[in-house]
Amino acid sequence: MTYDAIIIGAGMSGLAAGIRLAHFERKVCILERHSVIGGLNSFYRRGGRNLDVGLHALTNYAPTGAKNRPLSRIMRQLRLAWEEFSLAPQVGSAIRFPGAELNFTNDYKLFESEVHRRFPREKDNFARLVGELCDYDHIDQPSVRHSAKEHVAERVKDPLLREMLFCPLMFYGSAHEHDMDFGQFSILFRSIFLEGLARPFAGVRLILKRLVDKFKNLGGELRLRAGVSRIAVKDGAATKVVLDDGVELEAKNVLSSAGWPETLRMCAEPSSERAADPGRLTFVESIAILDSPPEKLGHDKTIVFFNDSEKFHYAAPEEAADVRSGVICSPNNFDYDEPMPENVLRISTLANYARWAELDEVEYRLAKLRWFDRAAAAAARFMPEFRHAVIDTDMFTPLTIHRYTGHEGGAVYGSTQKRYDGTTHLKNLFICGNDQGLVGIVGAILSGIGIVNKYLLKE
Amino acid sequence: MTAAEIKEAVLEILSDIAPDEDLSNLKEDVSFREQLEMDSMDFLDIVMELRKRYRIQIPEEEYPALASMKSTVEYLEPRMTEVAKKQ
Repeated sequence: MTYDAIIIGAGMSGLAAGIRLAHFERKVCILERHSVIGGLNSFYRRGGRNLDVGLHALTNYAPTGAKNRPLSRIMRQLRLAWEEFSLAPQVGSAIRFPGAELNFTNDYKLFESEVHRRFPREKDNFARLVGELCDYDHIDQPSVRHSAKEHVAERVKDPLLREMLFCPLMFYGSAHEHDMDFGQFSILFRSIFLEGLARPFAGVRLILKRLVDKFKNLGGELRLRAGVSRIAVKDGAATKVVLDDGVELEAKNVLSSAGWPETLRMCAEPSSERAADPGRLTFVESIAILDSPPEKLGHDKTIVFFNDSEKFHYAAPEEAADVRSGVICSPNNFDYDEPMPENVLRISTLANYARWAELDEVEYRLAKLRWFDRAAAAAARFMPEFRHAVIDTDMFTPLTIHRYTGHEGGAVYGSTQKRYDGTTHLKNLFICGNDQGLVGIVGAILSGIGIVNKYLLKE
Repeated sequence: MTAAEIKEAVLEILSDIAPDEDLSNLKEDVSFREQLEMDSMDFLDIVMELRKRYRIQIPEEEYPALASMKSTVEYLEPRMTEVAKKQ
């Protein structure tokens, strides 16, 4: 039997691609190496608690019924009703630098007024920049790639405002160190500030459950613990995939969300393609379980992006982690109908994969404890003291991210080189997900849908 | 299928693709694009759903025929005379 399509990876993009194909009666199988679905956006259970790995929130939030927004597009394309994701909007977030704070909510006007209040001289410059990035069309201008740092510096004069804008946008989606592409900057700015943040009460697992149920109800096949070791190639086309256990599956098309360099390596035939840089940007996340809701401790923010100097450094650190800056998320601080059963803080900071990979088991456990304390101390400078309320801790490291995503080096946003059109050197092998250049939960889902629509449904 | 049945079938597809659109006042001779907030991805889905439900193949160069309800029904009628109505 030959599949119409085999999809590598059961993350957001792979599941969305699978739904589209199965809905239009294609014979499709999703292969996932890990024992759980989700990829970068997954979940686990530890000590009786449900915890999320991966993104803190869904970006691109739009209120029910909003039209022509990325979120409404994916709901239509997947034939899902808005209610099925049960999204609760954020309460309110902040960017905090020494002596400077910018608050934002899902109502862009607040962020705009915050920028005007703190940086009155930049009012017109900022408005011009925002006007420009609203017009930027990712689909129509994919070939225009240029430095966001340079572009923004030509428009916004105050370096502190620039750093405060780059901090959240880079943390939430840049695969590049130091700089990002202006197109990516525009997409991220819109998804976070002009649209907004939300989370299902039950966490990211609810979104995954909706997607996987939909896929299976349409007759799609999902295999867990089914890693692809090799893609067999003949005459410039992928013919079959070979699993880690030797099982061979034939397919007319292969769609991979495993990352571009990772996918190229699976192709048995030596390829003339230059090996893409797998990316170095990875995170360590410290999870604190608290004895009371963060709000009771005086912390009512959904997300706080912090940086402890006027200059923001977005790069893989020399040490195991860099706690000068980070992202504090409280999953409790979304606008739910009822309080969450757990009280949680998640603190993400930049990390170095190699520093974690070189440790033996005992050292690794000690390093987790040491870096938890450092991250918690760093975060406590930018929010009310919470450390006395911690009753349990956990941590995921670049090694965890590697295990869930298969991305080399635990590169959280994948390779620095993206395949914006999703094609590869093989005519029936396509790339979706992070390495197609879309980020976030909605972005990943759009990527899966877009590549399927463009290449796999027209035949 | 009769013209009336085809119209009903297209309306059903539209309501599945864009459940949040109000289709009750859809004008037959005005393009879908002018009346409904639908993008190119949604339009592709009209073609795909027609293929899935009624096995009608529409070549890409003929997509413009599906601009409005009137032109869609006119285009589909001769191609769907043999097609049975879905129960």
